[in-house]
Amino acid sequence: MSAPLLDVRNITKSFGGFVALNDVSIHLAPGERLGLIGPNGSGKTTMINCVSGALFNDGGAIVFEGRDITKLPAYRRARLGIARSFQIPKPFRSMTVIENLLVPLEFAAWTRIDHGRINEEAFDILERIGLADLAHKNCGDLTQIDMRKLELARALAARPNLLISDEAMAGLSSEEVDEVLEILFTLNEGGVAVIMIEHIMRAVMRYSERIVVLDAGRKIAEGPPDDIVHNPDVERAYLGE
Amino acid sequence: MGRFWLGATGVFMAGLLFTGAVDNEFYFFSGYVILQGLIMATAWNILGGFTGYVNFGSAGFFAVGAYISVALHQALALPLPFLILASGMVCGLMGLATGYLTLRLKGIYFAISTLAMAIVLETVITNWEYVGGASGAYILTPKDSLFFASYVELLFMVMLIIAIAAVAFARYLSTSRTGKGLTAIRDDELAAECMGVPTLRLKLVSATAMGVFMGMAGAPFPFFITFVDPLSAFSLFIAVNAIAMPLIGGTKVWYGPVIGALILGLTQEITTVTISSELNLLIVGVVLIGFITLAPGGIVGLVQDFSRKRLRSKAAPSAGGDR
Ligand SMILES: Nc1ncnc2c1ncn2[C@@H]1O[C@H](COP(=O)(O)OP(=O)(O)O)[C@@H](O)[C@H]1O
Ligand SMILES: [Mg+2]
Repeated sequence: MSAPLLDVRNITKSFGGFVALNDVSIHLAPGERLGLIGPNGSGKTTMINCVSGALFNDGGAIVFEGRDITKLPAYRRARLGIARSFQIPKPFRSMTVIENLLVPLEFAAWTRIDHGRINEEAFDILERIGLADLAHKNCGDLTQIDMRKLELARALAARPNLLISDEAMAGLSSEEVDEVLEILFTLNEGGVAVIMIEHIMRAVMRYSERIVVLDAGRKIAEGPPDDIVHNPDVERAYLGE
Repeated sequence: MGRFWLGATGVFMAGLLFTGAVDNEFYFFSGYVILQGLIMATAWNILGGFTGYVNFGSAGFFAVGAYISVALHQALALPLPFLILASGMVCGLMGLATGYLTLRLKGIYFAISTLAMAIVLETVITNWEYVGGASGAYILTPKDSLFFASYVELLFMVMLIIAIAAVAFARYLSTSRTGKGLTAIRDDELAAECMGVPTLRLKLVSATAMGVFMGMAGAPFPFFITFVDPLSAFSLFIAVNAIAMPLIGGTKVWYGPVIGALILGLTQEITTVTISSELNLLIVGVVLIGFITLAPGGIVGLVQDFSRKRLRSKAAPSAGGDR
């Protein structure tokens, strides 16, 4: 196996006395597609908050491309190529849709792109995600679904090596889910590793090469999708006792 | 040379002509007060409008600028341009330092901490005997007013230059990559940080710039009023204007505070002459409440909404739906 792209080593995160992540380790090979699933409140979003630097973990270490990034602020991690979408969309409300994409292009990706082509680049991404018609719309006027697409578009604009999508497909129609999966497959073929957090099982099972299951802040299972579906612990976590 | 600089040069020349053609000092006193408001409004807006960190401490920076000027004038008798630069530097550093200490606080906590800072500064200056302490200090107006007919004409031109510099800087900032980062911070700081925007650094840049121009606005003040005490330097009126002008004009663009300062400043000067100066604070209060509740985007926001609606009603018959 090649050296991991991301190596999350035994991280712990508490909020007050509540332990949201308890000694969880996750690793990811370059170009791998990992699914992260678990019941609501199991710590999935907290995990990616720690990986992206939105929160700092209390214990353990996070290594990206061989470099310890545990103490690095979020913006530096974004520049290294870690991009995420937010489960609850966080658009830049005073900007148009295309301007939203210019922020990651001009900051996260700035040193890795051709500065003269930024607008074309942003427009290409909008076209891929199917938001091109709305490019110059104020993003405050977007529907919930378009805002989710914008989340994904913005993450792509950061030119990631690792994309983490946090329930990007919630609320999308079945065709739209397939569209987004296609986009993520294409992105992955270009060498980008993906962590997909998703409640739509059909999507996450089809997309992932490997799945990690969290429950109450612990990793309870890990393996290829077929094994996970038949894992009794996972069944118990999802269905209760 | 772009349109902006042509306009700025035009304004500067008009100012010069004005000093040449008009002798009544009253106009220069009024002009000075309006320009002072304009500089402070522009300074406030860099942090409060562009970056979204509402600051109640403007009076503190302004007053420190004024008192640095008093102290250096007394100690070294430096000429005015040096006093302005020194005040700008000290207040810029003060902006940087308070920014470092307070900008990690969010929203309302930041606003309160800036208010507290202004109160602390007022206490410090009230107890600083060298610059007059609580009883204040008299400043003799320098004899030499260059080729101007009076010293207040010279002060007016000095304020005009600082105002042009402040507005030019704000405009440059808002159109730069840094400005885009500031807008992102204002809209959603966490999302900005996760998109690669160095939020702390940009907030510090913005707080420093705010401090520099607040300090510069304060530096000529002792020469303007000739007697400065904590009450006049920390005046509620000056501090409230610095917030009211951008909110009235519009906080999202560099010209918002300019529009607000001209409208509110002129209104106040006219009221002072025709009715009374006491009424001014009341006017600011009422107008401010009106804008905050009815037009939070200020005048610029109102105009933008209006033109967008017109555009939409024109486009509607042919476009037939958005998607
Ligand atoms: N910032 C926070 N402060 C306090 N508790 C939090 C915070 N973020 C998450 N939690 C708690 O941590 C647990 C895990 O949340 P989360 O990671 O969002 O779960 P998931 O994404 O798997 O649904 C939940 O119980 C949630 O209430
Ligand atoms: Mg979640």
